[in-house]
Amino acid sequence: MRGDGRVRRGPSGGPPPAVPADAARAAEVRAITESSRSLRGPLLPILHTVVERFGYVSDDDIPMIADVLNLSRADVHGVVSFYHDFRRTPAPSHTVTLCRAEACQSVGAGALYAATAERFSEDSGVEVGEVFCLGNCALGPAGMIDGRLHGRLSSDRIEALGEGWTR
Amino acid sequence: MSILVEPDFGTPPVDAPLGAEATVTIDGREVTVPAGTSVMRAAKEAGIDIPKLCATDSLKSFGSCRLCLVEVEGGRGTPASCTTPCADGMVVSTQTETVRDLRRNVMELYLSDHPGNCAGCARGNCEMQALAVTTGVAEVRYGREGANHLDDATDASNPYFDYDPAACIVCSRCVRACSEVQGTFALTVSGRGFESRITPGNTNFRESECVSCGACVQACPTDALAEKSLVSLGMPSRTVLTTCAYCGVGCSFKAEVQGTGPATRVVRMVPWKDGGANEGHSCVKGRFAYGYAAHADRQLEPMVRDSIDDDWQVVSWKEAIERIATGFRAIQDQHGVGAIGGISSSRCTNEEVYVVQKMVRAAFGNNNVDTCARVCHSPTGYGLNHTFGTSAGTQDFASIEQTDVMLLIGANPTDAHPVFGSRMKRRLREGAQIIVADPRRIDLVRSPHVAAAHHLPVRPGTNVAFINAMCHAIVDEGLHDVAFLRDRCEDVEIFLDFIRGAENSPEATEAETGIPAAELRAAARLYASGGNAAIYYGLGVTEHSQGSTMVMGLANLAMLTGNIGREGVGVNPLRGQNNVQGSCDMGSFPHELPGYRHVSRPEVREIYESLWKVTIQPTPGLRIPNMFDSAIGGSFLGLYVQGEDIAQSDPNTQHVEAALRAMELVVVQDLFLNETARFAHVFLPGTSFLEKDGTFTNAERRLNRVRPVMPSLVGKDEWQVVCEIATAMGYPMTYADPAAIMDEIAATTPTFAGVSFARLDAEGSMQWPVNDAAPNGTPTMHVGQFVRGLGRLTPTVYVPTTEQTTRRFPLLLTTGRILTQYNVGAQTRRTPNSMWHPEDVLEIHPADAHVRGIATGDVVEMASRVGSTSLTALVSDRMQPGVVYTTFHHPVTGANVVTTDNSDWATNCPEYKVTAVEVTVSTQARRAAYEHETADLGASV
Repeated sequence: MRGDGRVRRGPSGGPPPAVPADAARAAEVRAITESSRSLRGPLLPILHTVVERFGYVSDDDIPMIADVLNLSRADVHGVVSFYHDFRRTPAPSHTVTLCRAEACQSVGAGALYAATAERFSEDSGVEVGEVFCLGNCALGPAGMIDGRLHGRLSSDRIEALGEGWTR
Repeated sequence: MSILVEPDFGTPPVDAPLGAEATVTIDGREVTVPAGTSVMRAAKEAGIDIPKLCATDSLKSFGSCRLCLVEVEGGRGTPASCTTPCADGMVVSTQTETVRDLRRNVMELYLSDHPGNCAGCARGNCEMQALAVTTGVAEVRYGREGANHLDDATDASNPYFDYDPAACIVCSRCVRACSEVQGTFALTVSGRGFESRITPGNTNFRESECVSCGACVQACPTDALAEKSLVSLGMPSRTVLTTCAYCGVGCSFKAEVQGTGPATRVVRMVPWKDGGANEGHSCVKGRFAYGYAAHADRQLEPMVRDSIDDDWQVVSWKEAIERIATGFRAIQDQHGVGAIGGISSSRCTNEEVYVVQKMVRAAFGNNNVDTCARVCHSPTGYGLNHTFGTSAGTQDFASIEQTDVMLLIGANPTDAHPVFGSRMKRRLREGAQIIVADPRRIDLVRSPHVAAAHHLPVRPGTNVAFINAMCHAIVDEGLHDVAFLRDRCEDVEIFLDFIRGAENSPEATEAETGIPAAELRAAARLYASGGNAAIYYGLGVTEHSQGSTMVMGLANLAMLTGNIGREGVGVNPLRGQNNVQGSCDMGSFPHELPGYRHVSRPEVREIYESLWKVTIQPTPGLRIPNMFDSAIGGSFLGLYVQGEDIAQSDPNTQHVEAALRAMELVVVQDLFLNETARFAHVFLPGTSFLEKDGTFTNAERRLNRVRPVMPSLVGKDEWQVVCEIATAMGYPMTYADPAAIMDEIAATTPTFAGVSFARLDAEGSMQWPVNDAAPNGTPTMHVGQFVRGLGRLTPTVYVPTTEQTTRRFPLLLTTGRILTQYNVGAQTRRTPNSMWHPEDVLEIHPADAHVRGIATGDVVEMASRVGSTSLTALVSDRMQPGVVYTTFHHPVTGANVVTTDNSDWATNCPEYKVTAVEVTVSTQARRAAYEHETADLGASV
């Protein structure tokens, strides 16, 4: 550690200054955070905006949001990690999110999920995820494809909906 | 004693209004508790233990573990006893078949994802193991084949404790301890559901925001968080209650040890819940950084040499003491009685300090005794004595619970007094406000969940102008407390006339202090009208050419607004060292006998003269700087230095070294061969706090017992050595034990009249004065009346320091302490704490760095009018333009090579906090030398 020319801050020295790879993104995340900081409970709306804008919450975003809101990095990490939809990696081109809760399971969601995961396993442009109840129980198996709710899904329908996907 | 297990009441005591009580019946036992007390706590008070995992009495109730379920007569379901408050007449059952069933099943679920091998568990007092027995879980029916966390990897990145997630039950006690007790918020629960894990953010402990205070380890009910020392050494076998020897907070610790006698090994230091100063909390230094006491660098034998160029020769105690006595007497014969003196240490106990000043006054026959407090809080002694009549802070630490507005100046508690810093943060989170006057943006200005109402970036050296402007603004806007001034103070009109002067207005001082007038006025309004206002200050106040003036200025401000003489207010110095208060109390200053009584007072001298059977000089002796000057002048040739590294810690190193070289006999008593020992002729090995028997007095005047964990490793206690030197010089001095020394202190000093080891052992710590008027001590001073009668207001005319910036030295250097290191680092550098702070760095504002072409990590040369040194730069917007900052923990930095001879006009306290410097990118290859020097030390820690 010594002599590497790097100054290590002590435990109370605060976060080391974040030097994000993407300065433009950093500036925008800071602006998003600044503009919402006076909200009551600002963290969730800020994270939503960041995900809407960039598709995910990056490692560099967390210290910056923490800094502006005067929270600890751990505080922000705890919230981000609690919600699956606050993605931590860039989003793929397309997402298929299938319901695996009881009602859908009873109409074959388990097998559909396995088949769909298998179908796209080689395809880095499509991410298959699971969700527990979309409130669409009467029309199971339900799922969301690129954020849009669909009922009565089958492998064929998913294939049809994905027709023309470029990736 | 054997291992001390403190009772855990599960939830904190409640602060109920007087008389608001509830009487409940728990398992047939009736108990009356303050209204709002949890059923769990009430049960414990009735002697009934309700099983629990997520509850502990240092944290608010949480209600997550579902083990403490009870049944309440007439109520529905099985509420958690930790979150259920007692209601009058409630009838509670803690052992019905229903709750036992529930508990057994809950416990079984916990155990299904917990290592089954209790024998391999570090923590002999793991609460899981005991609970498995009490709840009657004989087997785990779920098996271990399902998903679990048993293979999760241990995070061993912290040098002092491990986190083993396999043993973690995610009860959040650690997360809550980090938030509620420590206030760092470094821990969180990551993920959700089965994936929930405790993490220090998205990283490991070492790289996280964790400050290693140990609160999480203490809170953990399993062995998920455990001290590395416990894992490697195993369970301790006995507890010794003692007091930390780092800062002036004076935390009480349970030293948990194995073995006896010289073979005693400290397994861990755990903060004691009944400690008056810390109430069960700790910081990284006291909790973990005690390894220096057993470090290989410790010198255990006396050594002598004829010249400082010779090698040391190990000798017997007898020979060393003989040599000192003969040498000192020879100097006195040739150069006069006043040619020798002694320096006492604020690291030593009251008893050790008392015998040093007695040796100087009775055996040396002069008043040439001074203490390292000379270079830190001597202006506090002078200023508060002048204004209030007593040289000490006015409150206890708990007073801050009643404070609405804090004014913090020249102190950085979260680094230098961390346990009190946590207390301040907690009060701030409860809604109190803080005004921070500091050239740097310290953590209390803004850190997670805490933000200062005002940060006043006062320029180093202009404190008095600032405090006058505060008083001016308050008087100007009619916010002063007229009744308090009329009834309790004197020289009121003189002061008011002075302070109303236009030169003291915020507008007039703005250019000097750098504080915008409007901001200062807003801060003054808040202080004067925001409720209970308390002042906390540190060496950023005292270590100036107007240090004493500034202390009086703070006293003025408190009196002007009536913020003195009750809980929640006051003027409070944060003492740097464990026993600064005590060493000053014990008569270490050349002009004062114990209890701050001037040597010119015949009635005081008479007390000691009749007891000691000597004549005491009625004139003050030499102060430390005078000793140095006289040494260079050839009239002061012998010095005994106890536990202070003057060659590193005193200003203008070249001057100090020249003085030490000029002396004929320098005696150093210390744990290590420190910088000063390079100039010594006799080295006496000292004892660490783990070997001492005595008392320390902390910043709140609290006398805490220091108890020996092990006998002296050097064969003698330090007080014995001093007595033997005095005896060898022809003045017989003997005590049976340290308790006898305290008895003599109590018998001769009115403020300590009621103090004895027996009472401290039986009744716990006490805050002086302890006498007939206050038999149990005095938490809050100056209630109803000041010690000197009326509080004295003093016109504090601002006189700028002569240490001004010029074109050649355009920056102001100020200094401070960092959390993991302590003063000259003699202790902390010999522990793994150095991992966080391997070197002193120079913090510099981006603008100042930019024009000089300095980037973070560059080695820079810093030069003042008296010397130069080199350090690594850290470009930081915590600084204000024009001001640079460094710490002084590493000898290689030589921060005091650049500090000047300027000092406080009243007390000669050095002006460490203001030095005009220039900083340039280093062209020298000093880096190589640094690597070489620290590599030696690093290899041995």
